[in-house]
Amino acid sequence: MNQYEEQAEIIRQDQLTAEIFRLTVKAPEIASHALPGQFVMVRTAPCYDPLLRRPLSIHQTIGNQQVQLLYKVVGKGTRMLAAMRPGHALNLTGPLGRGFAFQNRSAICLIGGGMGIAPLYFLAREILRVNAPPKCVVLLGGRTAAELGPLPMDFKDIGMTEIHIATDDGSLGHHGFVAEILPQHLDSGHDWTVCTCGPHPMMKAVVGQCRQQGWQCQVSLETMMACGISACLGCAIPRADLSGPYLHVCKDGPVFNAEEVAWL
Amino acid sequence: MNKPDLRVTIGSLVFKNPVLTASGTFGYAKEFEPFVNLHHLGGVVVKGISLVPRRGNPPPRIVETAGGMLNAIGLENVGLERFIAEKMNYLRGIGTRVIVNILGDSLEEYQTLAQRLSEVEGISGLEVNISCPNVKKGGVAFGTDPAMAEAVTRAVCAHTTLPVIVKLSPNVTDITAIAKAVEAGGAQAVSLINTLLGMAIDVKSRRPRLANIVGGLSGPAIKPIALRMVWQVAQAVQIPVIGIGGITTTEDALEFLLAGATAIEVGTANFVNPRASQEIVEGLGRYVLENRLEGIREVIGGLVLG
Repeated sequence: MNQYEEQAEIIRQDQLTAEIFRLTVKAPEIASHALPGQFVMVRTAPCYDPLLRRPLSIHQTIGNQQVQLLYKVVGKGTRMLAAMRPGHALNLTGPLGRGFAFQNRSAICLIGGGMGIAPLYFLAREILRVNAPPKCVVLLGGRTAAELGPLPMDFKDIGMTEIHIATDDGSLGHHGFVAEILPQHLDSGHDWTVCTCGPHPMMKAVVGQCRQQGWQCQVSLETMMACGISACLGCAIPRADLSGPYLHVCKDGPVFNAEEVAWL
Repeated sequence: MNKPDLRVTIGSLVFKNPVLTASGTFGYAKEFEPFVNLHHLGGVVVKGISLVPRRGNPPPRIVETAGGMLNAIGLENVGLERFIAEKMNYLRGIGTRVIVNILGDSLEEYQTLAQRLSEVEGISGLEVNISCPNVKKGGVAFGTDPAMAEAVTRAVCAHTTLPVIVKLSPNVTDITAIAKAVEAGGAQAVSLINTLLGMAIDVKSRRPRLANIVGGLSGPAIKPIALRMVWQVAQAVQIPVIGIGGITTTEDALEFLLAGATAIEVGTANFVNPRASQEIVEGLGRYVLENRLEGIREVIGGLVLG
């Protein structure tokens, strides 16, 4: 199994907005094995409180050497993470879990909300690396233009041409939820694969749209998680039919076919 | 430099060192292969096995607390036959002792598990879980009543040739009474403590943070309680004691050995630092060399009083 524990040196800590940070670390083993949609477990501080590692999806890898994480300060662990500076060491385990299936698709839509945009950027880069990339549409949602910060431009800079935005307050793009603009931007002439990550209600709405249109949909899920390597079994989620053994986000996911899991 | 002697003896078993991994925190060992040289460990206690597969509790199953975590996994496991068919082949090759943790709803289930696992090659011993707080009809009834604890121990011992370790619950008034009962029932060792029953509430929603409402507290937060109980039990029984509860560092492990534990199990620390168990083995080795001890055995029960 290509999983590693690395004492990663912090290269950059960029504050994108009041609460959102982009962290670049040197972690060559993880960087050279990571796939889009996979995650790392981050030990935010070498102390007992907070005790557990934090699961963070990989935002991108840079040249088989560096791993970039995009995160929002939501509690004690991420606040400690945000206080770390270049030169500090950060312990990571990864790459973990099952990522997006994006090979041999004729048309792909990436639709992300808030921090759910993080893994979609890595996916976008990998999609564009193939010789004849599929048709690709990027839909990004956030509460405000400020919260999205540089992210829309980042997708443009790597060569994504069709990018549409929605914000809750209307400060950029469509005034409303990003799931609302999904149907109007995907033409019926293509066999779409929709890859989504974001808040649960947003993904649920996206899954509903995809079902209606007959599009294949992959969702990246988040749960409480202690180990990230399917030892604790803490990250259980119910299957679509609500029976049988639970699925585990760390091992069976975090990316699932939307029809595998229950949308409660 | 000489190789430190870390060997310890529990009943009829010699372990290459006193560091085992606690059930439910180390999967079926393969999960930790990328991080740990498994053959460096004293032994591995695998995830608790029941007669038939168990689905476990609905999510959310875990919540972080100060210096610890609560879990209510609900003993999710693949069941006896799938464990033997799918997990044992790998476990036979890891180069260390494999202890299988078993749990049941009745004496008959414990007996069947003990009997069937005795026929399987590559298992060094059984750890009998009579103490999991998460399953309503399950283990806990056996773990909180001395007579029941003795009965289940007797039943397991009568149906296996393997050494039997009984894992004790701390959620009792007097843990030494239970320890004495399982000793009388024929256990070769006791391991303690399992998790402490706890609870957490989300004040915004006013709902419990665990779907099961209550769960087992583990991690560094419980270490002083575990250490106290190990110390008490070590004085109350003649059989070896295996210390469990918040052990995260070499120093933690040494504290348990000094309190009278013959071996220790590393639990929640495996989640935080997947290499914790191996690092403790290495740390104990350094301790033996630096203090010019004949072996780690000299530390066991070495608490100085007065």
